Formats: sequence, structure tokens, C-alpha cells
Amino acid sequence: MLRGFYCNSTKHSIMSVDKSTVARIARLARIHVPEDRQEKLSAELSGILDWIEELNEVDTENVEPIASVTGHSLPRREDVVSDGNRVDEVLANVPETASGFFVVPKVVE
Amino acid sequence: MSDLLSLSAVAARAALESGEISAPELTTAYLGAVEETAPLNNYVAVTADRALEMAAASQARIKSGEAGLIEGIPVGVKDLFCTAGVVSTACSRILEGFTPTYESTVTANLWREGGVMLGKLNCDEFAMGSGNETSAFGPAINPWQGGDGVDLVPGGSSGGSAAAVAARAALLATGTDTGGSIRQPAAFCGIVGMKPTYGRCSRWGIVAFASSLDQAGPFSRTVADNALMMQAMAGHDPKDSTSADAPLPDLMAALDKGVKGMKIGVPAEYVMDGMDGEVVALWEQGQAWLRDAGAELVEISLPHTKYALPAYYIIAPAEASSNLARYDGVRYGLRVEADSLDEMYAGTRAAGFGEEVQRRILIGTYVLSAGYYDAYYLKAQKVRRLIKQDFDSAFETVDAILTPATPTAAFPVGRKVDDPVTNYLNDVFTVPANLAGLPGMALPAGLNSDGLPLGLQILGRPFDEASLYSIGRVIEDAAAFSAVPQRRAGGAS
Repeated sequence: MLRGFYCNSTKHSIMSVDKSTVARIARLARIHVPEDRQEKLSAELSGILDWIEELNEVDTENVEPIASVTGHSLPRREDVVSDGNRVDEVLANVPETASGFFVVPKVVE
Repeated sequence: MSDLLSLSAVAARAALESGEISAPELTTAYLGAVEETAPLNNYVAVTADRALEMAAASQARIKSGEAGLIEGIPVGVKDLFCTAGVVSTACSRILEGFTPTYESTVTANLWREGGVMLGKLNCDEFAMGSGNETSAFGPAINPWQGGDGVDLVPGGSSGGSAAAVAARAALLATGTDTGGSIRQPAAFCGIVGMKPTYGRCSRWGIVAFASSLDQAGPFSRTVADNALMMQAMAGHDPKDSTSADAPLPDLMAALDKGVKGMKIGVPAEYVMDGMDGEVVALWEQGQAWLRDAGAELVEISLPHTKYALPAYYIIAPAEASSNLARYDGVRYGLRVEADSLDEMYAGTRAAGFGEEVQRRILIGTYVLSAGYYDAYYLKAQKVRRLIKQDFDSAFETVDAILTPATPTAAFPVGRKVDDPVTNYLNDVFTVPANLAGLPGMALPAGLNSDGLPLGLQILGRPFDEASLYSIGRVIEDAAAFSAVPQRRAGGAS
């Protein structure tokens, strides 16, 4: 939903999260946020993000981002089946199941 | 029965081996303590039958000389760990009734070493909180009380774990620590909590919050007990790709090594504006204890300290928003029926996630969304590297770092806070270790003027938990912390 609005925008001054932005990210996150909660969330999220702005004081020119501290590359294993045939276990906690499948609301017209 | 409850795990192991006490006896005493302390809401599920079966099996193994490291010791498990056949909910409505068909690696290790499972312990929902107040089961209560008798939080997110151990309703307990969730509650409850090096304990079978930060670790009432439990729960696990294939040294042997000749860093940036004077005094006391024991105290600088919290509150919610995408009403847990798949997702997640979890998912979604990714997420990852580099350079000159564990003592349950950021500040001293992947231990060092425990934190080099146990033991001996909480099981009051 936000895609395309702020491309090339790493330098823009980041604005607070308004009500319509709350609605958009709630939709992206697949969480129903009723309109009467959007105002409060908008204030809370803006407060958090304003505080996070502090990071802009830090000079990160020429600093490589780090995603993991382990320093090791992910281990590899043989590309063979090592586990499986556990349909009953996989389905043990399913809210709705039929004939060994997960059941979801109809998605094709 | 109160005599049994006051034994340390190490002492209980010796008494079990000598036949002075039996495993079923010890477990029965603890099950009584669990019942007695039920008003503290520390347990969300009690597995009494299983505990008695496991204790009987332990007794048999002790008799036949096959005892494990923690054979016969009653252990509580944070509800974030999946336990086969026992409801595991991360204290969230969205996992109501979820009963795993598998066992987490850490708990499997503990049972292999003879631990006896007492039940599942309260925590913040998906481990997101610093007071155990976001739990779907309601708040866990600290067994320590202030002078006014008001209920205090045990800290969080592993609040039920810390409170149960402090209240003598578990001899040991598991916790997880993403930004301080073991060390902060340990400090609030006057016990010992260790967050090991990232990769030391397998994350397999633990409900994920922020995968690059999450680590499991032990809670205990003594430093030696903590080393014992750590020895039992840690180890390489091929089922967790970030699990470290590093040998675990003999941690019990590290206990009596002392600190003579060690260099201990004191970071200038951990002196913060408006810090509680008693916390500062205790920190200075801790430095004096180590100096007296032969360590050299060195002032160090960790210049990016103040940026750790804001960086954490980008990285952790970002990872959480991705991890928690799996709760979709399809495969397990809660489902709110709707006409379309999208409405089913949105309705289920709105009903199943509490306010704080929703807030963090939304922040995480925002900082990962197109256009904001570079400004927030990438920026935070760069700052994370700088924080790690601060520690790397500090550890070129010092062997460990001493800091306060928390800026304050435990606060009242239900304290009104309008601004979520105020709550986040609880973790100011603990978060940097998670960002850098370092081991950190919190342990009690004294009481404040309200009679509440205050803790110190020791940070170490990656995979050097052993030094933390050496230092922790020196502080434990010097502090001679013998105060006990008012609302403990078997207490006279």
C-alpha cells in the first residue's frame, strides 16, 4: 500500500504516522483496527517513531548493516528427505480440517 | 516442608544422591509450594501428574546410578517453550489451547538431564513486555512487596519464571531474553538470571519473537545453580541453523576461579540522567567488591549505548512482524470465521493479539514497508554494527563489563503509563547485549530503602559464560544477599 509513495526517500524527513497510515499498515499486517482505535494508535506509533528518530544523529556512512551476530554462514545439509509423514501431527491443532487438508474460506469465485 | 524448599539445586542434588531426600518428596514439596503461591498467578498450567511420574523415574535413575545433571530437580518452564502434550500459548489468546506434538530442544535437554517439569509459567504475550502485564492470563505478581503492601510486577517478559523461583515455587526455571527478558525480571525478583551468548541454547521449539535476538537461559536462586542448569540446557542443535557448534566448558569448574587479575570494564555511558541514586551506589559497591577480590576496574567507553534502545525498537518489531505472520487462523490457534480469507485473517489477528503485540507488529510492518526500509530498518542494522564494534573494542582491553541491571527496582502492577516509550526504557541496560549477541548475567546485590532487591549485570565476551560465573560468584559471596520475599512458599509470615 505504501509502495511507490516514498521511493527514493531515504533522505526525506520522516513524518508522523497519521490515521490513514495506521489504516494502511494495519491492512498490510492483516490486523483489523477499527476506526475508533486508529487515532490512539496514530499518536502512540508517532511517539515511538519520533523517539527512534534519534538514530539520525549517528553517522552510518560506510557502515555495513548487520543482520546476524553469529558471524558464521548458515550450515548446509544433504538435500534429502529426513522427516515427514506426520499428517496427524501437522493437523493436530488445526481450527478446521477436512480429508487431511486445511480448510479456509472460499478464495476463488 | 519449608526445609526442602530452601535447598539450592546443588544442595538438593547432593541430598538426593546421599538418599537424605527422595525425588518424589522434593517434587511433592514444590507442588505444594505451587499451590500455596497460586494467588501470585505465576503458573498458567500446572503439570502435577507428569511431575510426579518424572520424579519417580528420577528416583529410579538415582538408585541405579544413572542420574543426570539436574536429576530430580523441579523446574518451571516459561510458556514460550513448546512442551509436547502440554498447552503452550506464549500467553496469547491467539494460541489458546495450542498443544504441541513436539518438545523444544532446551526443555528436551533438561528432561534428558533429569529435570522434573512442574508446569508452564506466565510471561508477557509473545515475550513482548517488561512487566508481565501483557499476558492473556493477567499479570504475574512479584513475591516481594513494597512497604505499602502494593502488588509489584516481577518484571518481564519472563516474569512468572523469575517470580516462581523467588517465591520457592520452582527450584529452577527457563526464561528467554530478547532485550532483557531474563535479566530484568531476575533483578526485580532478587534472583540470578543468565542470557547466554546468542547461539548457545537452541531456539528450536521456542515461540519466536525476534529471531536474531532471542536466547533461552536459566533462572535460579544461586550462581552455582545457574551454572548447573546452563550446563544442562545448552548445546549445539542442528535443528536451529543459528545454534553455535562451540564446546561448552565446565561451568561448575569456573565458579571458584575468582577474579584475581581480571580486568572489569565500567562503561561511562551507563551513567544516565535521572538515574536512581541507590542504583548508582550499588553499582559502585559492586566495583569495590571486585577490586577487593583482586580485579582491576577500568573505565571504558561504549559510545553508541544511547542508540541501542531505538535501534532495538526497530529491529525487534520488524522481526516480530515477520515471525508473527504465521498466526493466520489456518494452521493452529484461534480462528474468527469470516466470509473471505482476508477478513478471516484480519479478524482473527485483531481478536487474538493483545494491544502491545499489535502495536509492535504495526511498527514492524511500517519500518519494513517500501520507502521506509532504508530510513529505519537498514539504519538500525548499521547502528547495530556500531554497537557491536563498541563491545569488540572494549573486550580488547577488558575481560568483562559491570553495569546496573535495571534503572529502578520493581514497580507497581497497573502503573499508569500513557507513553509506551516509558515502558521501553526499562531495558536500557540490557538491550545492548542482545544486539551484540553477548552473554549477560543479572544477580541480586542488595536491597533499596523500600526493601526491594536491586541487581547488577555482568556482560562477557561471546561464549565466555564461564567468566561471568566466576565474577558472579565473587559478587554473590561479597553481597551475601540473604533477604527473602514476603510472599514465598513456606514463609513464616
